[in-house]
Amino acid sequence: MKKLSARRRHPLAALVVLLLALACTGGLYAVFAPADKAQADETAQSLTIEEGKKLYTVGCASCHGTGGQGTSDGPSLVGVGAAAVDFQVATGRMPAATSQGAQVPRKKNIYSQAEIDQLAAYIASLGAGPAVPTEEQYGPEGADAAKGGELFRNNCAQCHNFTGKGGALTHGKYAPSLEGVTPKHIYEAMLTGPQNMPSFPDSTLSEQNKKDIIAYLDAVNGEDTESPGGLSLGGLGPVSEGLFAWVFGLGALIAVAVWVAARTAKAKKS
Amino acid sequence: MSSQDIPEENLPAAQDTSHGAVKLADEQNPFADPGLPPHEPRVQDIDERAAKRSERTVALLFTVSMLATIGFIASYVTIPVDKAVYIWPIGHISALNFALGMTLGLALFCIGAGAVHWARTLMSDHELADERHPIEASPEVRAKVMDDFRQGAKESVLGRRKLIRNTMFGALALFPLSGVVLLRDLGPLPGTKLRHTLWSKGKLLVNMNTNEPLRPSDLIVGSLTFAKPEGLEEHDHGFQTEIAKAALMLVRIQPDDIKDKRSLEWSHEGILAYSKICTHVGCPISLYEQQTHHALCPCHQSTFDLSDGAKVIFGPAGHALPQLRIGVNDEGYLEALGDFDEPVGPAFWERG
Amino acid sequence: MSTTTSTDSRARGKAPAGERVADWADGRLGIYSLAKANMRKIFPDHWSFMLGEICLYSFIIIILTGVYLTLFFHPSMNEVEYHGSYVPLQGQLMSEAYKSTLDISFDVRGGLLIRQIHHWAALVFLAGMFVHMMRVFFTGAFRKPREINWLFGFLLFVLGMFTGFTGYSLPDDLLSGTGIRFMEGAILSVPIVGTYISFFLFGGEFPGDDFVARFFSIHVLLLPGIMLGLVVAHLILVFYHKHTQFAGPGKTNKNVVGMPLLPVYMAKAGGFFFLVFGVLAAVSAIATINPIWSIGPYRPDMVSTGAQPDWYMGFSEGLIRVMPGWEINFWGHTLVLGVFIPLLIFPLVLVAIAVYPFIESWVTGDKREHHILDRPRNAPTRTAFGVAWITLYFVLLVGGGNDIWATHFHLSINAITWFVRVAFFVAPVVAFIVTKRICLGLQRRDKEKVLHGRESGIIKRLPHGEFIEVHEPLSQEQLYTLTAHEQPKPLELGPEVDENGVRRKVKAGEKLRVKLSKGFYGEESQIPKPTVEEYKEITSGHGHH
Repeated sequence: MKKLSARRRHPLAALVVLLLALACTGGLYAVFAPADKAQADETAQSLTIEEGKKLYTVGCASCHGTGGQGTSDGPSLVGVGAAAVDFQVATGRMPAATSQGAQVPRKKNIYSQAEIDQLAAYIASLGAGPAVPTEEQYGPEGADAAKGGELFRNNCAQCHNFTGKGGALTHGKYAPSLEGVTPKHIYEAMLTGPQNMPSFPDSTLSEQNKKDIIAYLDAVNGEDTESPGGLSLGGLGPVSEGLFAWVFGLGALIAVAVWVAARTAKAKKS
Repeated sequence: MSSQDIPEENLPAAQDTSHGAVKLADEQNPFADPGLPPHEPRVQDIDERAAKRSERTVALLFTVSMLATIGFIASYVTIPVDKAVYIWPIGHISALNFALGMTLGLALFCIGAGAVHWARTLMSDHELADERHPIEASPEVRAKVMDDFRQGAKESVLGRRKLIRNTMFGALALFPLSGVVLLRDLGPLPGTKLRHTLWSKGKLLVNMNTNEPLRPSDLIVGSLTFAKPEGLEEHDHGFQTEIAKAALMLVRIQPDDIKDKRSLEWSHEGILAYSKICTHVGCPISLYEQQTHHALCPCHQSTFDLSDGAKVIFGPAGHALPQLRIGVNDEGYLEALGDFDEPVGPAFWERG
Repeated sequence: MSTTTSTDSRARGKAPAGERVADWADGRLGIYSLAKANMRKIFPDHWSFMLGEICLYSFIIIILTGVYLTLFFHPSMNEVEYHGSYVPLQGQLMSEAYKSTLDISFDVRGGLLIRQIHHWAALVFLAGMFVHMMRVFFTGAFRKPREINWLFGFLLFVLGMFTGFTGYSLPDDLLSGTGIRFMEGAILSVPIVGTYISFFLFGGEFPGDDFVARFFSIHVLLLPGIMLGLVVAHLILVFYHKHTQFAGPGKTNKNVVGMPLLPVYMAKAGGFFFLVFGVLAAVSAIATINPIWSIGPYRPDMVSTGAQPDWYMGFSEGLIRVMPGWEINFWGHTLVLGVFIPLLIFPLVLVAIAVYPFIESWVTGDKREHHILDRPRNAPTRTAFGVAWITLYFVLLVGGGNDIWATHFHLSINAITWFVRVAFFVAPVVAFIVTKRICLGLQRRDKEKVLHGRESGIIKRLPHGEFIEVHEPLSQEQLYTLTAHEQPKPLELGPEVDENGVRRKVKAGEKLRVKLSKGFYGEESQIPKPTVEEYKEITSGHGHH
């Protein structure tokens, strides 16, 4: 190992890597040449599944069972699909801490995307389920944000608030804020219904519907979303507005009143 | 009970030894009112330079106000209404709103600050005392008013001519009724309108998202879908009023998990159709937790167990969500098997 | 200037123009007599006396900005398709009311600012009235002769709440529509007539096509009209009664010490209007309020979590949220107690504070005029009652925002609801007891201060080695201020038998009154203030430090 890392820093390393890469590309082309595509795919696929299974055994099996059949600590993963795995692992919800509160929170993801793909492939092999959406499905092209707004208010706002700031559910559970959640993960959440969120399959909320919702969220809760009137106060509505009016509105006015009514400093007696 | 019978000695002695009488420190009573303290001059009262400084400050404030007003007009004319600007730490906001608000605020605040500073530093700050006079009239005035009133009342003969008095009160009491009657046409009578919705036998369940009729296979376990009755379109007049009653929430639960027998009977293969309108005060309730099968109202937190006939398990709602009986028609689409068998939405007196 | 000389100067046409205009007006309006009483009227200086001014000025600002908004607002529920400047609503169906509010916000230059000033001023107006009312309450300024003005002020607060409610409902957005729906549900819960009232109010079934137009005339005409009248009456009474003042040297129940209206209060109060307006304009430039474009148009089948009313309605929201869902069905009728009880408690909470002055004057039997304010500690029972009321109010506010509390403090919404259910009964009692204790403690400290002087912080070592803190004796001004308050004795029941030896009947009301009077003025409720004898004994014993 040490030798390898030492050589990696060699000036010629870049060249070697380049040559290797070229060779690999050529080789891969040969392997994946159309004639043998199906078979090659299968091989690659089974390799990925193998890798995924290894990862699964280390990180997931203790709760979800060795074959994904589920235990008392975790539900069965048969048929949840690759989309569910991608969402749960990439948003850091899985693997969950052994003792969590009412709900598994979003946290830092510890897997690389490649590893997540392997895990997803393994779980998908256990039973058919929704696949990971492609950029084409959740990208902004051809989306109608206004229609998305209507859909959002009908399907999502009751839990996630008008602009996706999140909200409370029963007994300490909550619908998380959608701020900073990638379009892909939002799509997957709608598709698979993680934890207590109901699912919105394509049969009831079409692909176009999902695309519209994502476009709407980007418009009202994105990084560059404009709040024309000024500070949005968390987008929580009258509670934060009332607090602001008391503290900064009335507070400032009372401070001014204290100044208006105060006695002017007297000249010091000499 | 009258309060006049409170013995006088229970009330404390009047505190106000008439002011001015105890100007000098009282040896007998160290707690006596020493009277108004003597006036002490401010810096501005004795130092003309300080007064000049105050004058300049006031004038400066008024000048800043003028500039701010000019700034307001300039912003109004030059900044486009849709221009956004990033201002730390507020964020991306409308440039025009910020510019107008700040200049207007500054213009007004400086006028006020100037006036107050002027009053505080340059106007006389001698404290003055105004005498108060009792609000109550003197006994003589009171007696005079009473006499006048009695005289007037007597001259009106109202007390003697009872017929006039009674009919007049009758007339005055009755005529406001015209005003009440006029309010009748504010709205129609309720009739049985709150008991019926657009749902009826054979009406298809139309997906609110796609505007397509739903099939059982569209709904998977754990999903949540909203439906409206076939034929109700967003552009229709009266859409709002109809959807306020007809809005439907569809969930699918493993039939084994459905605890309520009638609920299971009225469902189709585990697809349950409940009114989306809360039975508490009518919020659209749809915070559905697919693992617990609980639906929470976002307005007042009434919680319903959709796997158990939508019974109330927490919160202020008084009864379960009405369930719509559904089935499948010949073409395989979900259809209603009738209207709700009880009124949807908030309870009312005639609901029964 | 005597009449003859003024007539002379008028004849000679030499009087300055302003004076001639004033003369002209006086001949028709009698302004000189009015000015004689009021021009140099004295107002005492204290910051808390300006809270009412904050309300007055924000009310004026609301009227000014509100008139501007009516120029652009369409109070109509006709459904239209939106094709304005806000992209995420393009092509959406909405009422004209909502669309015109979007246009005010995005297309009328300065419209957004005026809208925000109008709404922020409304929140501050109500908050100001609340604080002003509490100032009047805790200082006992509501006592004779000001009880009626207290009621006027109370009515202004209640009307302000409903003017605010009808106002924020006008844009017909998803949030306010949810509030209207709640109101409809509450009306439906009223036994016998509820359904009819609801149908008349909405012109049929909810939501119908009428309520925006109807709320509009209530919001811009009916309620502000009544409020304007009450504000004027409130101000006239303030002038007529002259302002109250805190106890202090030279300040008695028969005078009012302060600065004259002309020029000092003209400048201070006039200037304060601009200060209030300026602060509200700046707040409206910095922070957004009710961004209806991100809330969306109203649809009765849609909703968002975190659906709350503006803060002043929050306590009613709390009441309705924590109420158990009681419902009684009998003889084909439904009694919706789960909604109707909160609907009844809502006015009761408000009335509890409104009638307090009358209860206090009945219990104490005090019919004298009071122009010197109490320090809250010197009226422990009143202060404790006020704090208990505020506690109840804020417990309900917490209940009204239980979902926001849950998400922001990681609590269970059910736990918060249960907490509020218990606290509704327990917290006011605890607050009452604790406040009374604190007041008595402060009274003791005052007594200590009067008798032993102020702790100077200087430590002195006595010849025999003991360390003592030097206490500075108070000035006579301070002594007077700290001992100026009254300490009435509690009422006593008269002798059980009258002079003829016949047993007197004691009415139950009388007994209650004596009991309450003990609660107000008994040994448990006030620390006897230092007497001159006590003071002399201690000061002569101590000698001089």
